[in-house]
Amino acid sequence: MSRTFDMKDFKLLSETRFEKKPIHRGYAMRTMHLDVGTRAVREKPVSEEMKAKFVGGKGFGLRLLWDGTKPSTRWNDPENEIVIAMGPVCGNTNYPGSGKSLVVSLSPMTGVPIDSNVGGYFGPYLKFGGWDALEVQGKAERETIVFIDNVEGFVRFYDAPDGLQEDTHLLAEELTRAFAGGGASADPAELQAVSVISAGRGADHSPMGVLNFSLYDKRRDGIRVKQAGRGGIGTVLRDKKIRALVVRYKGVVQNANDAADPAAVQRLGLKLHREIIVNDDKQCKMRKQGTAHLMEVMNDYDLLPTKNHKYGQDPRGPEIASWVWEKLFSQNLPDGCWFGCTMACAHAVDHFELETGPYAGQKVCVDGPEYETAAGVGSNLYVYDPHGILELNFYCDTYGIDTISFGTMTGFLMECWEHGVLNLERTDGIDLSWGDWKGAAQILHDMADGKRFGVLAGKGVKFLAEYFTKEYGADAQFMKDIALHGKGLEQSEYISKESLAQQGGYYLTNKGPQHDEAWLIFMDMVNNKIPTFEDKAEALHYFPMFRTWFGLQGLCKLPWNDVEPADNAKWPESNKVPEHVHNYIGLYKAITGEDLDWDGLIRQSERVYNFQRAFNVRQGKGRRVDDYPAYRAMGPVLEDEYLAREERYDRQLKEKAGVDPAGKSVAERVRLTREHRLAQYDSLIDAVFKRRGWTPDGVPTPEHLEAIGMDLPEVLEVVTKRI
Amino acid sequence: MIKYLKMDDQKCVGCMGCVTACSTAYAKEDNPAKARIQVQGLGAGRFRLVACDQECRRCVAECPVQAISVSKQGVVVIDRKLCVGCLACVAVCPIEAMRYYPAESSPFKCVACGICVKACPKGALEIAEKEDSPASRFPFEAAAAVRKDAGGAE
Repeated sequence: MSRTFDMKDFKLLSETRFEKKPIHRGYAMRTMHLDVGTRAVREKPVSEEMKAKFVGGKGFGLRLLWDGTKPSTRWNDPENEIVIAMGPVCGNTNYPGSGKSLVVSLSPMTGVPIDSNVGGYFGPYLKFGGWDALEVQGKAERETIVFIDNVEGFVRFYDAPDGLQEDTHLLAEELTRAFAGGGASADPAELQAVSVISAGRGADHSPMGVLNFSLYDKRRDGIRVKQAGRGGIGTVLRDKKIRALVVRYKGVVQNANDAADPAAVQRLGLKLHREIIVNDDKQCKMRKQGTAHLMEVMNDYDLLPTKNHKYGQDPRGPEIASWVWEKLFSQNLPDGCWFGCTMACAHAVDHFELETGPYAGQKVCVDGPEYETAAGVGSNLYVYDPHGILELNFYCDTYGIDTISFGTMTGFLMECWEHGVLNLERTDGIDLSWGDWKGAAQILHDMADGKRFGVLAGKGVKFLAEYFTKEYGADAQFMKDIALHGKGLEQSEYISKESLAQQGGYYLTNKGPQHDEAWLIFMDMVNNKIPTFEDKAEALHYFPMFRTWFGLQGLCKLPWNDVEPADNAKWPESNKVPEHVHNYIGLYKAITGEDLDWDGLIRQSERVYNFQRAFNVRQGKGRRVDDYPAYRAMGPVLEDEYLAREERYDRQLKEKAGVDPAGKSVAERVRLTREHRLAQYDSLIDAVFKRRGWTPDGVPTPEHLEAIGMDLPEVLEVVTKRI
Repeated sequence: MIKYLKMDDQKCVGCMGCVTACSTAYAKEDNPAKARIQVQGLGAGRFRLVACDQECRRCVAECPVQAISVSKQGVVVIDRKLCVGCLACVAVCPIEAMRYYPAESSPFKCVACGICVKACPKGALEIAEKEDSPASRFPFEAAAAVRKDAGGAE
């Protein structure tokens, strides 16, 4: 149960006042730097060069992080930063999906920059005080709360008072109410003017911590949260002893960005609003089901992770299909994560009664599940009980744990249990049989308590695979094969083994295997539209670049292709949704007043993408060897896994590898399939790196950097050292 | 109870007196694009009058900041201080009675004030009342169902 606090009861450590600055054409042209160790607050100007080369959002985040850290910086060094950056288009209320913040930090899981795209009100509220980005550096000595008041114009540091909660669903509520109106106002408009970033107790003990960005929901009179989920940024927040970042802003209006052409922003937004209202019910049903609409589609196409991605399908799939979630989600509510998003996919299950953990018996609002969560902690763990999925979803959120990493990690643990690598003694009494969601929940409660097996489990699959080999004598190759991660980050929740292009989409990425960059499974596997290596390489250039652009602007990807114009299919390259690309170009021009075309859009992303690759190189990674998946992501590891799809794999051996499977043992066929697929992946890397202008080892060439206008001296210095 | 503008298309002769009265009162100019009531010419001396029926209330349900509410008289009203100008309400309005003017910060709609009634020479307009209906109640029921305190303390 949450207590009532008033801001005035918090012990004030320091206050720094600032001049508020209006936004002009999407930019404030300054950023805020906070050192939580010294409690210093600094304004930094944004140069015209920074704006031209890095655009905003993730681009600004990476630029600031590069400057703030060194090649030797580790995630838990004081100089590591959490940068929250918005982008020029962010905060407009007309075009659906325009409220995203991009969070960048050196990841505890990968050691290289992670970037995570998140909704909630924090980013836009931060921006409208006149800030394009916020850098948080240093480490506090005591548990600290940072309050940025964009109404009054000050930054304050407070001691976290005794009794203030740590888990997000309580903490964000307590802080929102305490800081509303500058001191415990009960006015809903004042409550809505506050947003909180927090993690939770789990993030104290595991590298897979998330940041929860809050929004006050007037209808529920409660707090909702959206996650900057991947890569452990919540763990960085807690390592800095920051309990929460709080922002306050009032007065969001239609043209808060001071757009060059506000009427065009309205026109484009209204056009998409109407498209969503008319088409969504016939297309993805985002307004009723959110991304959970994908569940049965993935199960039908053998793509829904089942038992640690061993299979892509199960007869029990329909038990957690979209229609199940539609019934559980509260309906007919504008559940967007920013004002004006009529796609409204941020669904919730209200009055959900918990069965386990410290809040057992209490009724809570569960944010989600989204597809990745329902798949990750559902089918992937062989959990087909919606209640179990909801409970894991809730506790991941409130403890500040990434549902995707947690799902993939627990799938790995359950497979280890099945193969006898784990037993009750090794798990401190937790039964990890497939489908036992209470066992999975106990891991979460352990993570929050910082005790028992959950602390070991929470270290992630890369660590665990090595640990189980060394400590428990598990087969080293088997452990490596089923520990689904790239660079240390757990893979997200699509079966990639039947689509070579999707393996590239996951693993030929800068930050590790996530679903942000490229989703090529249907194009590749189902529709066979990109048959050659060159075709795949082109797709693995275009789509990551195109989708990076959302992160430069403060946009959400979903309204790009989770709703489409009714006549989209008649256009060539319909998978690029050309009319929506046209909308985005128009939106950018209308807000910034600057010219842009389709090539220019890709070029903006290409610069930042290559800068990020060079950043990886600077941190000692970014090599070809860092871009290989665990074999489970590429093909059947086990004999029964092969036999379950025997006809398909035999046919592929014959048609693709040119080997007659007849008369060969299963072990032999598994080995031959593996050899063939590994060779295919190597050829794919060659083609993709070439298309992206990188060396065969994955380093951007100076010539390419010059050609795209990212030939900054510090970047050239890093890449030439490696070449 | 719902107070609303009752319109009789059969009596309308297309004089636009209602439009002039409305936009002059609310926008300080005689501009059909800024009127809360619209007169649409169908040809052959026939006209269609369009204004909010105050009953369907999809805009109330869709507003992300609850800037659209229902007054004591049962009229759907916009609080411009709360409005963020997203135009979601314009998109969901099935009869395009929720309107906006380019680059203005908030949308606008008929609030059944009756100014147009006095301006109509043909008696095509009147302020009337009707009963609440499932449609008029649904945004409030949807919101009440998710309120934190609904169904016991949390």
